[in-house]
Amino acid sequence: MSLPTTACEIRAAIASGKVSAAEVCRDALARIRDTDGPLSAFLHVDEAGALARAEQLDRERPASAPLLGVPIALKDNICTAGIPTTAGSRVLEHYVPPYSAFVVEQLERAGAVIVGKTNCDEFAMGSSTEHSAFGPTRNPWDLERIPGGSSGGSAVAVAAAMVPLALGSETGGSIRQPAALCGVLGLKPTYGRVSRFGLIAFGSSLDQIGPFARTAADMAALLQAIAGQDARDSTSAADPVPDYAARLDGDLSGLRIGVPRALLTSGVEADVRARFDEGLLALESAGATLVDVTLPHAPLAIPVYYLVANAEASSNLARFDGVRYGTRADDSSLSSMYYKTRGRFGAEVKRRIMIGTFVLSAGYYDAYYVKAQKVRALIRKDYDEAFTTVDAVAVPTAPTAAFKLGERIDDPLQMYLSDVFTAAANLAGLPAISVPCGLTGDRLPAGLQLTGRPFDEALLLRAAHAVQQQIAMPGPMRPRDSGSL
Amino acid sequence: MERIAALARLELTADEIERFAGQLTAILAYADQVQQVDTAGADVAAVPPATAWRSDTPIPSLDRDLVLSQAPAADRAAGHFKVPRVLGS
Repeated sequence: MSLPTTACEIRAAIASGKVSAAEVCRDALARIRDTDGPLSAFLHVDEAGALARAEQLDRERPASAPLLGVPIALKDNICTAGIPTTAGSRVLEHYVPPYSAFVVEQLERAGAVIVGKTNCDEFAMGSSTEHSAFGPTRNPWDLERIPGGSSGGSAVAVAAAMVPLALGSETGGSIRQPAALCGVLGLKPTYGRVSRFGLIAFGSSLDQIGPFARTAADMAALLQAIAGQDARDSTSAADPVPDYAARLDGDLSGLRIGVPRALLTSGVEADVRARFDEGLLALESAGATLVDVTLPHAPLAIPVYYLVANAEASSNLARFDGVRYGTRADDSSLSSMYYKTRGRFGAEVKRRIMIGTFVLSAGYYDAYYVKAQKVRALIRKDYDEAFTTVDAVAVPTAPTAAFKLGERIDDPLQMYLSDVFTAAANLAGLPAISVPCGLTGDRLPAGLQLTGRPFDEALLLRAAHAVQQQIAMPGPMRPRDSGSL
Repeated sequence: MERIAALARLELTADEIERFAGQLTAILAYADQVQQVDTAGADVAAVPPATAWRSDTPIPSLDRDLVLSQAPAADRAAGHFKVPRVLGS
């Protein structure tokens, strides 16, 4: 008997007694063993813990649990009590958190089974997962290519059908960009929608945890489980959590989608542009109306992002000093311990700490950091104005399909431009989703991104579902035998 | 480069100092475009959203032994982290 593959089917099959949570868990673990070798999506697979949890669920049978027995993978910057959490860094190589993130508590409450931790760029800094201290993750559509990043491992675990669901985190596009490059759904919720408690901090005013899934219904179920207020994150929002699955009916009549055409004139690969245009057609044929909008300050998102995010990163990463957790490099003096312990950061993390420290330093703070915050406010204002006439704004998620490993590793600025269409949503604090909109001529996925009003994730899921109903995506090739997954 | 690295207590290799100098210059030159923007109408209070306050009441925290078990050096009996000598020599 073949087991169900979507989270909704798995939950229903377990709740009705057709399969056990343990069978589903063993199946997921077998998929990881069979598939992950050449991909390296996982840094740690918790076989024993996952099976014990699944067996416990089979004994207790909490039939109403919304993710009953659903296997899920978590990006390795999300703290899991008793399970190693490295954030892709040598500095945290042997770290086992003494507590779990809010989202982990919520997943446990919902009956999900955490099967392991996924690879990411070190401290979530990167757009290719090549900056992980533990080696790169590869794209299941083409092993010579990057999966995107920083949440590349989570995107690949879902794209290669090792698990139906995964969580990633975003500071400037780290969920949506790998989702687009791997052909799955990725969502960055509104800032404050999901508690950051237990997420290893990068840029605190930008960071947000969010879901990966292959269907909108699965993504709705996962977001439902992790959204909500948490007193331990002072920026977590009190806004009510709606029923995210309520309107996944393919009907978008009355919806107005803004298209900022001026942003699409340069730098977008022709093939990606063509798939994006087909995605727009899908939205239209589902009943949506396309409207031209302008976002005059959006082209400034990348420079603003790299000033604000790195300033916050340099401050957040000061905590890695070899005293309370992680590794310590040298005990000969306090100063030497600081320098040598922090010398273990990888090149990209060091670059960003340097930029952030510089823009916060005396004499440069006003010119760089304060100025960037002002431009950031103008980026948000552009969206607020657009949302007076449209319900969501559509752009390609990434300007190109997945690029080859090594291609941008020595050119940080080129790497940063992978996030040219995603960083604005983080700066503006808005929700944004990437939905697959077909394959390029090289058989690489392209993504369409929709950015919505604050706390309107339901509308983004509804639109993504309509696109998925019209644009069928095949699975990637199985790396071992070239058969379809 | 050395001044910034010292502010961040960051050890850089000779190779990193050489590579970063050009890269950081290019990144900051790119970021410089924000200087040209007219930000007269910008309301910086708009983003990020306001932080919620809570009452300053003591609540139970993490188990001390569990926390110390993750430290590179700790005296668990005394209940503290250990660092290299700070005062004297």
